[in-house]
Amino acid sequence: MRYVKPESYEAASALLAAEDGIARILTGGTDVLVMLKAEMVEPDLMVDLKHLPGMHDIAAEDGGFRIGAAVSSAELGEHAALKAMWPGVVEGAELIGSTQVQNRATIVGNLCTASPAADSVPGLVTANAVARLHGPHGTRDVPVVEIPVSPGKTMLAKGEFITSIYLPARPVGASDAYLRFIPRTEMDIAVSSAAVSLELDAGGTITAARVAIGAVAPTVRLVADAGAAIVGTKLDDDAIAALIAATEAACSPITDKRGTIEFRTKTAGVLAKRAAHIAYSRAGGKT
Amino acid sequence: MALDDQAKRTFKVVGTRVGRPDGIDKVTGKAAYGADITAPGMLHGRILRSPHAHARIKSIDVSEAAKLAGVKAVVTGADLAIPDDEGFADIAINCLARDKVFYDGHAVAAVAATSKSIAKQAIRLIKVDYEILPHVTDVDAAMKPDAPAVQEGRALENVPAGMSQNVTTRCAFGHGDVDAGFAKADKIIERSFKTAATHQGYIEPQACLATLGSDGRGEVWCCTQGQYMVRANCAAVLGIEESQLRVISSEIGGGFGGKTSTFIEPVALALSRKSGKPVKMVMTRDEVLRATGPTISASMDIKIGMTNDGRITAARGELRYSGGAYPNETIEMGAQAAFAAYDLEAVETVGWNVMTNRPKEIPYRAPGAPTSIYAVESVVDELCQELGLDPLDVRLLNAARKGTLSAYGPTFNEIGLVATLEAAKAHPHYTAPLGPNQGRGLSCGFWFNFGGNTCVSLNINDDGTVGVVEGNPDIGGSRASISMMAAEELGVPYEKVRTVIADTSALGFNDITDGSRVTFAVGLATIEAARAAIREMCRRAAKIWGIDEDAVLWEDGAAVPAGPNAGTHPPMTLAEIAAVAGNTGGPIAGHHEVNADGAGVSFGVHLVDTEVDPETGATKILRYTVFQDAGKAVHPDYVEGQMQGGAVQGIGWALNEEYIYGEDGRLQNAGFLDYRIPVASDLPEIETVILEIPNPGHPYGVRGVGETPIVPPLAAISNAVSRAAGVRMCELPMSPPRLLKAMTG
Ligand SMILES: Cc1cc2nc3c(=O)[nH]c(=O)nc-3n(C[C@H](O)[C@H](O)[C@H](O)COP(=O)(O)OP(=O)(O)OC[C@H]3O[C@@H](n4cnc5c(N)ncnc54)[C@H](O)[C@@H]3O)c2cc1C
Repeated sequence: MRYVKPESYEAASALLAAEDGIARILTGGTDVLVMLKAEMVEPDLMVDLKHLPGMHDIAAEDGGFRIGAAVSSAELGEHAALKAMWPGVVEGAELIGSTQVQNRATIVGNLCTASPAADSVPGLVTANAVARLHGPHGTRDVPVVEIPVSPGKTMLAKGEFITSIYLPARPVGASDAYLRFIPRTEMDIAVSSAAVSLELDAGGTITAARVAIGAVAPTVRLVADAGAAIVGTKLDDDAIAALIAATEAACSPITDKRGTIEFRTKTAGVLAKRAAHIAYSRAGGKT
Repeated sequence: MALDDQAKRTFKVVGTRVGRPDGIDKVTGKAAYGADITAPGMLHGRILRSPHAHARIKSIDVSEAAKLAGVKAVVTGADLAIPDDEGFADIAINCLARDKVFYDGHAVAAVAATSKSIAKQAIRLIKVDYEILPHVTDVDAAMKPDAPAVQEGRALENVPAGMSQNVTTRCAFGHGDVDAGFAKADKIIERSFKTAATHQGYIEPQACLATLGSDGRGEVWCCTQGQYMVRANCAAVLGIEESQLRVISSEIGGGFGGKTSTFIEPVALALSRKSGKPVKMVMTRDEVLRATGPTISASMDIKIGMTNDGRITAARGELRYSGGAYPNETIEMGAQAAFAAYDLEAVETVGWNVMTNRPKEIPYRAPGAPTSIYAVESVVDELCQELGLDPLDVRLLNAARKGTLSAYGPTFNEIGLVATLEAAKAHPHYTAPLGPNQGRGLSCGFWFNFGGNTCVSLNINDDGTVGVVEGNPDIGGSRASISMMAAEELGVPYEKVRTVIADTSALGFNDITDGSRVTFAVGLATIEAARAAIREMCRRAAKIWGIDEDAVLWEDGAAVPAGPNAGTHPPMTLAEIAAVAGNTGGPIAGHHEVNADGAGVSFGVHLVDTEVDPETGATKILRYTVFQDAGKAVHPDYVEGQMQGGAVQGIGWALNEEYIYGEDGRLQNAGFLDYRIPVASDLPEIETVILEIPNPGHPYGVRGVGETPIVPPLAAISNAVSRAAGVRMCELPMSPPRLLKAMTG
């Protein structure tokens, strides 16, 4: 295996594009090194991007934030303004592993591993986050929801990598939340998960809502019906029932050692309900 | 050796919380574990394992692997001896399969190479031609007469004809007229239970460094609970004499019973014999889970009858255990332990061992007892619920005590069950209020404890310090406890004593560190060795003073004349006697060899509060208290550690830990992500209450404490969860999907 620290974005994409064998990118390394050790993958090329300009920055941009690809979960958690605006996104990132893992793990690595159970992805999806890609043909912006295409696979072209994630601005009276179900209390993998992001009017009625679910389909799913179910409501019982029904209907999980189809579906609905209540109260809504 | 008459003896060192002798080495990383040793010219060994649950090995072609540059040796089952003894033969074919593989992960061949990556490449070049056979991993399925036979011709004579070939053992215990007892009952509950196999989950994987030269002499450094056991197994499996093999035990990163057998040491020796080089082997976590020994898996039926006021009238249990792909005796202990906490007029327990395509069971703290007692204590709890009785009162009413004819035969001597139950009843935990979706559960636990073969040497050093040499790897703090007992008996400060663990050539035979035996048996031998040294020191003082040997006594670490007739000599301390030992007859030492009896059974009671999430099936452990009779707690920190550790392991076993096999007979969760031992944030502080009901079989009253604590958690938690969830759970683990299904139907 060759380990390379390229000097520039251009050099990085040239290296990746030229590699005939298996290439991996190193940011936090908390997925890629584990896979190496478990002999699940034997890369021919490892490209380290952590040192490139902007990779470690969290920068204000158009009322939102641009997060460099090498920013760790722990750094996200320490950024007060970001956390105030997108608490659900940050709590997803801060659920990854343990304190030690969070000191290395990045949301970009989480996204590019393309696990349906990735903890930071549902929050990014409900936040309408956009990834900036750099490749041999230049730069392009792609919504986070489109990046994973199936377990372990992304839509990134050969030679492409992510340089940053953009979280848009949001009005007052808006917030988000993320919850996952794991059999333990940490160091585990989501059996099901849900993120909810919503905006309220001055009277506390929901004017916009996005719901995403994880670990219940081959990729994280944005559930438009579930969001629609709570728009125009204050999360009354009927709205919650409709939210749960729409969430459950969007699940197409598998039965495996971690949970059954029924269990995953049922808990996804429960988590969507609980996350909606948390986001609602964070946004200033009173029930 | 009986409990000292000085029952009211006031201890000076025993019972205090002195610093642990291995602490600094362990926290600074200096302690040498199994994988921490290297040797010049050392090779790296690696094992090829079966991907199939059950298959015939038609051929193994190692020629390509052997040709790879850097590969120095390749071995298969043909390179090991076939010992006459069935037990050793099973170990041999478990180390490297012969004509069949019995389970996913069964070792098939091994290589030694100059680097780890060459070894990895080499095992991929080994071609094994398998004929895949039908497999069976479930104990009930394996018992059906038409089940695929894991092995043939292994049943003992006591197994009735016509059963599945997989049934290897039947055992039965009990007394009284069970049918008449049930006729007297006001309420009878009969339930069936299932428990999954679990792993000891020690953090340190098995590792060794082995050499075996052309002169037939060998050495093994390894992480084990018994260096003499490793020596015996390796000698048998390699066909060499024990005197030719020296086995050194490393520091040990957890064992819990799991390191009482050998998996890699004979293979490393065989590779070394072939290559002429030292060979190091370190198992991966995947290998540890697939191919070392988890517990039995079990299926059980329990029937208990009770009167309206809570007296048990009769009890019956039928237990089916699978100890994996080999005959196994754990069922005997499970069947004997099942009803041990009760004073019963009529009781019958029947046990079966059944072979399945799973790895060979290896003990895990109190092997066999947690599962059978889980089933019994669940039915007792349900009877209490149905009859509206207090579960502690019912246990007190039926508790085994001194003079009780136990369900497995012997009559109990001094035991601590009633005192332990009373302590639980008096504790504020028992009456603390519970909230919604919360439940409280309790369970008794029992373990036999063991004594066994033990040698100790105790050396009086010329500077007045003391060295104790013992032969049992320290898995729970025994070096501290042994030093404390030596210091107590000699009358010197704890800091003056250092205990080391001998290799197999430095001390006579010792049984493995198991059966909660070390603090009891090695402690007892240490006290006797100290007494032998004291006798010698008194003799030396008598010589110096020119008086009779019997006219000298040992008091507070010094020889003193026994009364005015012996003259008025000032006391001679241990250090003073040691300093002149060369002039009075030479070095001073004491030693003791014994097959220790009288270990003294141990009882515990666990009390736990749980909260169940009715929408997800998640269980939270809110509060946990352990009550246990330690006889005499030599080092209370270590005793509490054993009690807390057992509770924590039991929490894992009850809630999430399980061996999950797929339809293909392969283990689905060979890693700590999906084999879920508890993490720190899952646990409340585990409170402990130590009781001290002296064991008459030990000079200080010590009982083993290492195993009893894993016995009660399964039922205590299941009872708490069943009460919180409003549904009786009869299967472990109570993982969230299983519990949610039980709650929502
Ligand atoms: C003990 C432990 C616990 C864990 N717990 C959790 C958990 O609770 N929840 C969870 O979701 N995950 C968990 N993980 C997995 C992992 O920590 C996360 O997925 C993490 O976010 C990965 O980020 P990273 O920066 O370490 O990625 P890396 O390992 O550096 O990379 C991961 C993948 O992304 C690719 N990649 C990295 N950077 C880029 C880039 N800039 N552009 C394109 N591709 C890129 C790499 O090629 C690689 O395939 C855990 C891991 C461990 C070891």
